[in-house]
Amino acid sequence: MAPTGQRRSGYSRRAQYNLFTGYIIAGIGALIGAVLLVLSFFQPQLFGGLRGAAADGVSPATETSATVRTGSKSIWDSISGYYRAGSKNAELKREIEIARIRLAEAQAVEQENLRLKALLGLREEDVEPVAVTRLVGSTASSTRRFAYVGAGSDQGVEVGMPIRSPRGVVGRVLETGSDSARILLLTDTESVLPVRRASDEVVAFAEGRGDGLLRIRLINLGINPLEKGDLFVTSGAGGYYRPGAAVAILVEKTDDGGLARMVSDPAATDFVSIDPIFEPEAALAVETPTETELSD
Amino acid sequence: MERIDPRARSDAYGNRINRSHSTFLATVVPWGSILLASILPLFPIASALPLLPPLGFLMLLGWRLVRPGLLPVWAGIPLGLFDDLFSGQPFGFAILTWSLALIGIEILEGRLPWRAFWQDWFTAGIVVSVYLIVGWLLSGATPNIHSLIALVPQLVLSILLFPILSRIVARLDRFRLHRWRTI
Repeated sequence: MAPTGQRRSGYSRRAQYNLFTGYIIAGIGALIGAVLLVLSFFQPQLFGGLRGAAADGVSPATETSATVRTGSKSIWDSISGYYRAGSKNAELKREIEIARIRLAEAQAVEQENLRLKALLGLREEDVEPVAVTRLVGSTASSTRRFAYVGAGSDQGVEVGMPIRSPRGVVGRVLETGSDSARILLLTDTESVLPVRRASDEVVAFAEGRGDGLLRIRLINLGINPLEKGDLFVTSGAGGYYRPGAAVAILVEKTDDGGLARMVSDPAATDFVSIDPIFEPEAALAVETPTETELSD
Repeated sequence: MERIDPRARSDAYGNRINRSHSTFLATVVPWGSILLASILPLFPIASALPLLPPLGFLMLLGWRLVRPGLLPVWAGIPLGLFDDLFSGQPFGFAILTWSLALIGIEILEGRLPWRAFWQDWFTAGIVVSVYLIVGWLLSGATPNIHSLIALVPQLVLSILLFPILSRIVARLDRFRLHRWRTI
């Protein structure tokens, strides 16, 4: 469409000034934007309150859509379940038999663990989640991987708390609003998580790559012991995450570790639990620079 | 008169007798639709990689290119401020880029006042590509080659979505200027 005649102000002083002021305001706006952008690079938490309030404002709508999303997904699952139902049924029966055997074995191991721990005098405590809520949405159009959950500081959620789904770790809390919280997903490029291989004590860092995969970087360099299909769990180092929660499965081997896929893909996650920080003192000590002396 | 031509007393926006435009809708629809499009990417899926096009920005481009002269040059400030609250980019990113995009299109329009849709699509494609790549650079995270590759599907989707969005904008514009019954 051709532009309207608004750009040509003619002889009218008023129209000329209006047009000119518009350009000036637009230029000043761009400058303000640049200043705010620089500010939020150096102080990322500066506008957290504003964002938290905004996320609280839309949380009724996002929670409703999350409910609908989960519902429609389960309908699709039940439709696709009918496809090849017979062969699947037989396969599942075989799997369940093996699983029963493994379960019995695991119970035996657990029993033995309990006995050994009692022998050592270790105390076993069960962790009570701070809140159980839905993953209500994510910043699906930005390069950064953030998601929103439907619980905030009113429910006792604090910055740094780990988020788990029934399958494994999802991320940790970055900002809290009163009824919602923004979380950093594991696949974000700023996310680093200390992990170990589930089968032994090979320790590594799981870093987000920003394209949905995690990069596993081994701490002890040398011969790369990893194999495709290795499961990685949290090691508990750093003090934020409880050890032993599933994180990722290796899909490709590289020189210094490998590439891994998240066990609990946020797209397939609906309910998550927000756990308290595993060792708050340790997490604080890691954050404190070495030059600062800790006093009690 | 109606017997000869049933549309004699009406135009594209409805019957002209006893009807008039709503000032409220005429002002609110463009701004409201851009704000709504800014929130929309929050809803569909909590994906592990960026997939959805920046709908708010595309809607802004749609209104700017399909209906020039409707949005003022400074529209990027309030609209960008709102988008910053939800987009996940560092605060101020949308204020800066949306303002710059509107100023840029204004300059371009001074050079090429008469355009067909293909030129508009071309302009929007280039502006969106630059927007996404600058967003990747200024996202606050360390830019790496993998997240750049992950940007490609989003970029392709954004460019392909523009014609659809401009049809939606045209529909919204007809709704904006619809004549409602007055007494």
